[in-house]
Amino acid sequence: MKQLIELNINGRVYEVPVNPRDLLVDVIRKKVGLTGTKKGCGQGDCGACTVLVDGKAVLSCLTLAITCQGKKITTIEGLAAQDGQLHPIQQSFVDHGAVQCGFCTSGMILSSKALLDSNPNPSREEIKRAIAGNLCRCTGYKKIVEAVEAASETISKEGVK
Amino acid sequence: MGIWDKEQYVREGVPAYQDERRFTQVGRSVPKIDSPAKVKGEAIYTDDMVLPGMVYGKVKRCTEYAHAKIKKIDCSKALALPGVLAVLTGDEAPNKWGIVPQTANETVLAIDKVRYNGEGVAAVAAIDEETAEEALDLIEVEYEPLPVLLDPFESMKRAKEVLIHEDAPGNILHEGEQVYGDVEKAFAECEYVLEREFKTNMPHQGFIEPQSALASYDPQSGHLRLWSSSQIAHYLHRQISIVLEMPMNKIRVTVPTVGGGFGGKGEACTNEFVACLLSRKIGRPVKVTYERNEVFYNNKGRHPCYMKMKIGLDKEGYIQAVDFDNTLDKGAYAGWGIVVLFYSASMIHLPYKVPNARFRGRCVYTNKPSMGSMRGLGGVQPRFAMECMLDELAEMMGISPYELKMKNAIESGYTAINNMYVPHTEYKRCLQKAVEKSGYLEKHGKLPFGKGIGLAGGYYITGTAYTLYQAYKPHTSVLIRVDTEGGVTLQCSAVDIGQGSNTAMAQMAAEALGIHFEDIHVQTHDTEIGTFDLGTFASRLTYAIGTAINDAARQINQKLKETAAGLLGCRADHLVIKDRKIYSMFEAKRKTIEWEKVVETVINTTGSLAAVGHFSPPRRKGIDLISGNRAQGANIGHSPTFGFSCQIHEVDVDLETGKIKVTRVTESGDMGTMINPMAADGQVEGSIVYNLGGCLYEEQYIDENGIHLNPNFHDYKMPTVMEMPEMDINTLTDSYDPTAPFGAKETGEGAVQPTFPAIVNAIYDAIGVRFTEVPITPEKVLKALKEKKEAAGK
Repeated sequence: MKQLIELNINGRVYEVPVNPRDLLVDVIRKKVGLTGTKKGCGQGDCGACTVLVDGKAVLSCLTLAITCQGKKITTIEGLAAQDGQLHPIQQSFVDHGAVQCGFCTSGMILSSKALLDSNPNPSREEIKRAIAGNLCRCTGYKKIVEAVEAASETISKEGVK
Repeated sequence: MGIWDKEQYVREGVPAYQDERRFTQVGRSVPKIDSPAKVKGEAIYTDDMVLPGMVYGKVKRCTEYAHAKIKKIDCSKALALPGVLAVLTGDEAPNKWGIVPQTANETVLAIDKVRYNGEGVAAVAAIDEETAEEALDLIEVEYEPLPVLLDPFESMKRAKEVLIHEDAPGNILHEGEQVYGDVEKAFAECEYVLEREFKTNMPHQGFIEPQSALASYDPQSGHLRLWSSSQIAHYLHRQISIVLEMPMNKIRVTVPTVGGGFGGKGEACTNEFVACLLSRKIGRPVKVTYERNEVFYNNKGRHPCYMKMKIGLDKEGYIQAVDFDNTLDKGAYAGWGIVVLFYSASMIHLPYKVPNARFRGRCVYTNKPSMGSMRGLGGVQPRFAMECMLDELAEMMGISPYELKMKNAIESGYTAINNMYVPHTEYKRCLQKAVEKSGYLEKHGKLPFGKGIGLAGGYYITGTAYTLYQAYKPHTSVLIRVDTEGGVTLQCSAVDIGQGSNTAMAQMAAEALGIHFEDIHVQTHDTEIGTFDLGTFASRLTYAIGTAINDAARQINQKLKETAAGLLGCRADHLVIKDRKIYSMFEAKRKTIEWEKVVETVINTTGSLAAVGHFSPPRRKGIDLISGNRAQGANIGHSPTFGFSCQIHEVDVDLETGKIKVTRVTESGDMGTMINPMAADGQVEGSIVYNLGGCLYEEQYIDENGIHLNPNFHDYKMPTVMEMPEMDINTLTDSYDPTAPFGAKETGEGAVQPTFPAIVNAIYDAIGVRFTEVPITPEKVLKALKEKKEAAGK
């Protein structure tokens, strides 16, 4: 039943054998080995598995891997610059204390990136709506919202290197 | 780098060399040392790990019943499935485990009968997860259903007919009474007496990372390694040793990055034992990661409490007596139960002066997934009752709740009637600050119908005074090594579950050693590399580790000072170590030498430096100070020191839908020195939203047959960012506990305490209804509004 598919993840093409029912989250984590994408509920409720597919924030635990052929997938490992510099959203999460246990962090950052890529100067309300599908149990969300706000300012001023 | 609040740490007129509060490393808002790895997705959590030859374990659960005899388990078909390597049943590991050894009554997998819906009955190891899942379906179990007990009162009543545990008569885990002074006499003399009943819910910790364990047994050496997402490396280590009948020194527990705990990973878990047992069976690494529904079946969340409380005030409003009766719904197994029971007892003694107090309580078995330790253990429920009642009593007296609470608030050096000693408190200033910043006095009772403001206070322990098993050893030890090659290494088996203890440890060690926090290599999370630590619970780490760090650093500093004294030509006791320099406090400019230079000299002379530091909490007997009688279980609740806080919540009640929105929270906390203010704020903000969920939304629903109805994040509703109120955090920046390391006390659990009652008091202010049960769902609000309207119409 297995078939070989090509997945473009973070600009690199991976050839992976998958079953038609294999979920993107499992393929990314177990077959490709990029474990920065997290699995918190497996049912699309927590947002920890969020990745970008063609720039849109997608729940990889509700997405079949075979449907992603020919699409551009970005995981948390694909955000930092070639020289290892953090993406402004990542840097902002570090600087603003928006990270505690870190399990929601990848999903939070990718949901925020999808927002800022399409709307570089969002209002606080727009930020909240963009991350409303990402559960965080540690921070109370305040520092996460502040981090995204600060990142949007940085990106507006300096752009993404 | 980081924010250093000079105002806070430089006191006028106190020379630097005499000022123990003039910190350079502590008190800085530095980013957590593990956060860059986390934002890059590079932090390794247990389920991210893969070992050569690793296979997967899965647990077969009883999903049909909540209480049933196991008549037969047949694993033969599962074992015959290609790819299945081993099966496991309960009788293969009959030793009972439980974090409190006196009441340990859980087995790895059910033997003879299941006591809650979702309990594990068998396990398999297979080459991949799909095969393991397929194998579970092939395991045949025959059950004979037993009557299901879900209500603790029914459970006690029907105990003669149905016993959940053979050795627990009455279906009671433990029953206790604590009497201090004479409550009856005191009530008789009171001007105002109020009696109320309260009931709390069954929330879950809701950590986002499900439990995961990876075990690797080496048949040749007989050593077992376990990687697991746990808060309590040491207690886990102990339990594994008991269940597997292996000496602790053959077992090494390592904790990878932990994706949240909140107490839910504060005791051992079935998956850990299953991984270890299966690995020992097949000599290969076995990983067992839970699905979300298994996390809920395992539960170990907060105990539902059925509380009766009576409070009496004299004419002036001073509390004269508190009588508290608490029935805790334990669920199926003992776990932390007895500890939670007596913590709830201790919580009535602070933060107000209570001269006469009585507690009667019982922890009762039911056929629900077991309750355990959840953030603010034992405190959240009685705090809810007490703070709501004081609000009502203030109304009876015709004074502000603020005035009543200020009048009764304790002060530093207070000894409660149960002999609990509070070396330091700024509770009154927390009340003042929150009231002032929120405009509470101007708003309370004056907002339009549907809008309200509520005040509540609270406190929590800064670590425990006792180990759960009888031992006198230090609760924490740290090893600091200093050498020219490896730099400065701080070793301790403590576990950072995301709150930032590793970063705080680096800051404290750097402060104590007079170097920079970036210089410290923190090695934690491992029982073999790290020196002993009791675990991450009871808000104990900062205080315990801080004390041990000071002890170790003093020894290192002494050696460096003796050598530097010779190099500089002055007395060792005149030397100060700060900012990577060692200098004379009297001739700071002339007699100074680089810290590194002295380290090099010491090492060239006598070899590398190392010192172990320890922390043992002060021990006080829980006695009735009036009679001198020892009270049962009353050592529980004592702590080296305590943190305090006040929260003021503002709510909007939607009169059409019954929905409650917390719009604004003004908080002020006394946590002593903030080691890392940014991280400390994060703890407070997180706490508020955490218990806002518990107050308004969160409930595990169990049907009349004991079946868990919402073991998923879809139907178990936790707050999202949309529910986040505006939060104004005003932690006192000049609080300093002179008895505590660096002046620091707890954070992280204290701030969950006032949330329930502050919201409930605000709802009363908004709609004139005093709720005594949580969660306060829209249905309850609409029903209450209807009843209120009908009552007014009559």
